[in-house]
Amino acid sequence: MAIKEFFDIPARYKNWSMALMGVGVLSVIIGFILYGTGEHHGARFWGSMLHNSTYFLLITNAAMFFICAATLAMGGFQIAFRRVSEAISIAVYPLGVIALVVLIALCVVDPHIYHWLHPKGDKILEGKSGFLNSGFYIIWTILTIGLWMVLGRKMRQISRELDNNPLPDVEAGRRYIFKNSVWASIFIVWFGLTAMSVTPWLWLMSLDAHWFSTMYSWYTFASTFVAGLALITIFVVYMKNQGYLEYTNEEHIHDLGKFMFAFSIFWTYLWFAQYMLIWYANIPEETIYFKSRVTSNHHSGAYTGLYWFMFCINFIAPILILMRRGSKRNYTTVTFMAIVIIFGHWLDFYQMVFASISPEHVELNLFDFGVAAGFVGLIMYSTGKAMAKYPLLAKNHPFIKESIIHHT
Amino acid sequence: MAVKKFVVGVFTEEEPLFEAVKKVRKTGYKLHEVYTPFPIHGLDHAMGLRDTSIHTAGFLYAIFGTTSMLSFMTWCLTTDWPWNIGGKPHFALPAWIPITFEFTVLCACVGMVLTFCYLCQLAPFVKKHHFNLRSTDDQFTMVIECTPKTNEAELSSFLGGIGATGINVQNAETGWWLGRYDKDQKLFEGQSETVSA
Repeated sequence: MAIKEFFDIPARYKNWSMALMGVGVLSVIIGFILYGTGEHHGARFWGSMLHNSTYFLLITNAAMFFICAATLAMGGFQIAFRRVSEAISIAVYPLGVIALVVLIALCVVDPHIYHWLHPKGDKILEGKSGFLNSGFYIIWTILTIGLWMVLGRKMRQISRELDNNPLPDVEAGRRYIFKNSVWASIFIVWFGLTAMSVTPWLWLMSLDAHWFSTMYSWYTFASTFVAGLALITIFVVYMKNQGYLEYTNEEHIHDLGKFMFAFSIFWTYLWFAQYMLIWYANIPEETIYFKSRVTSNHHSGAYTGLYWFMFCINFIAPILILMRRGSKRNYTTVTFMAIVIIFGHWLDFYQMVFASISPEHVELNLFDFGVAAGFVGLIMYSTGKAMAKYPLLAKNHPFIKESIIHHT
Repeated sequence: MAVKKFVVGVFTEEEPLFEAVKKVRKTGYKLHEVYTPFPIHGLDHAMGLRDTSIHTAGFLYAIFGTTSMLSFMTWCLTTDWPWNIGGKPHFALPAWIPITFEFTVLCACVGMVLTFCYLCQLAPFVKKHHFNLRSTDDQFTMVIECTPKTNEAELSSFLGGIGATGINVQNAETGWWLGRYDKDQKLFEGQSETVSA
């Protein structure tokens, strides 16, 4: 079967990504003029930048985590569409740079989002200042994003090095798989130290500097991983509809659907584990976190409606809609659910950031959506370019046959 | 349940099974069942079996578990015997979620296991006819039901042609009946040897 090896970017795709990026840039400029300075030191503007840049960076990086986890598990099924996940993970470059600028600016410009920047006179913050200080924050952020880029690049390089020189024999194939596993495990270890533990503490949990939760990073990871899987699914379905990825079929979509279903429930499990323990123990310094988010003294917090809406579309919609086998194999349902999940977890990040910055009232408006549109356009642009540049099928990978005949 | 007549073909390899099943279905013989020592991927599809609906049953058991446990706890702790536990409200939903979840899972899995046993006609003190005892060990057994139109001799030679190494004709009860294997039957004695084709 003749296959189309390179993505020929359609004009509509290019125009859309450019338009969305334009909207994003415009939103950032208008947002800075409207909210960037003034009474709250620009917390509204910088909060939105923090929310969007970390969320979209984490979901694109989840694509590389998916590749590495599947590699370590000897998962052959992903090889047929692996280049799509790789192309998505290339977006870590531009998004990482943006996030780095935003996060360092939060320390340097100091729009009063991180209270731990001024620990003087606050016993708790003084106690935490060994960890929560701008030096450690900036160094760790640079290390986090930098190593994600470097290790991700290495994984993509290993994948591409077979494209023009096929493996000579089985022994070389074994060595190749071993090399893949080693680099994938190095990535996973670093991912575990950053996205699954320390980094969300620094970037997001430190917004409530007095509060802490040991579930927080897992919760952030689950949120971004399920959204990352949804992102992969959208691109795979789009490429299928454009007539690419000849060897990917509804069996692969079915497995991606299962992942989205399973990790939506995993996210709910972590959400509940965090919520219930705090609810049960009922310690004031812990329950303060849910005051604006869920309820307090039978009065709703400002974010209650948003919070339960987000909970419904992130848990109840996936569990009911994606439960049937038929709906996981239907391109339309899977795409619809993928979009719902990405939006739902974007809202989840919104409440994580803004219920801490402005707990009194919800200020979600076009500005946030505009910035999000910019990031979506950037992901589209970067992924499309990567798919046009590198072959879409890892045709010499030892597991490619396993992936082609894969069925569930 | 009724006693029916079957022609049984025994295969020693799994590979010819797919081709054989295809040919049997194409010729129009009535395929009763294929017994294999281990699950063979795609054979159900080749045999034209419909997808199992055991997951629908599982869903219904799960819904039953969720609703019954939630309503039971609600009745207990709000109506029948309300307690003040740590100052929590009587309707303490978050605390009940783990119990509800566990009971849902319990209902779903126990219910599905029992349903599966019923569908496969497996139970203690119940017997079923075995066409070939070695189909739990190393042989693959294809069973074809004889209809009034079926010519046994023709069917036997047909089975030989598609790769069956042993062929015999058996009259057998299709359903299950009360009885015990260990008391009523000496399993490995008096078994009819398969006739070579």
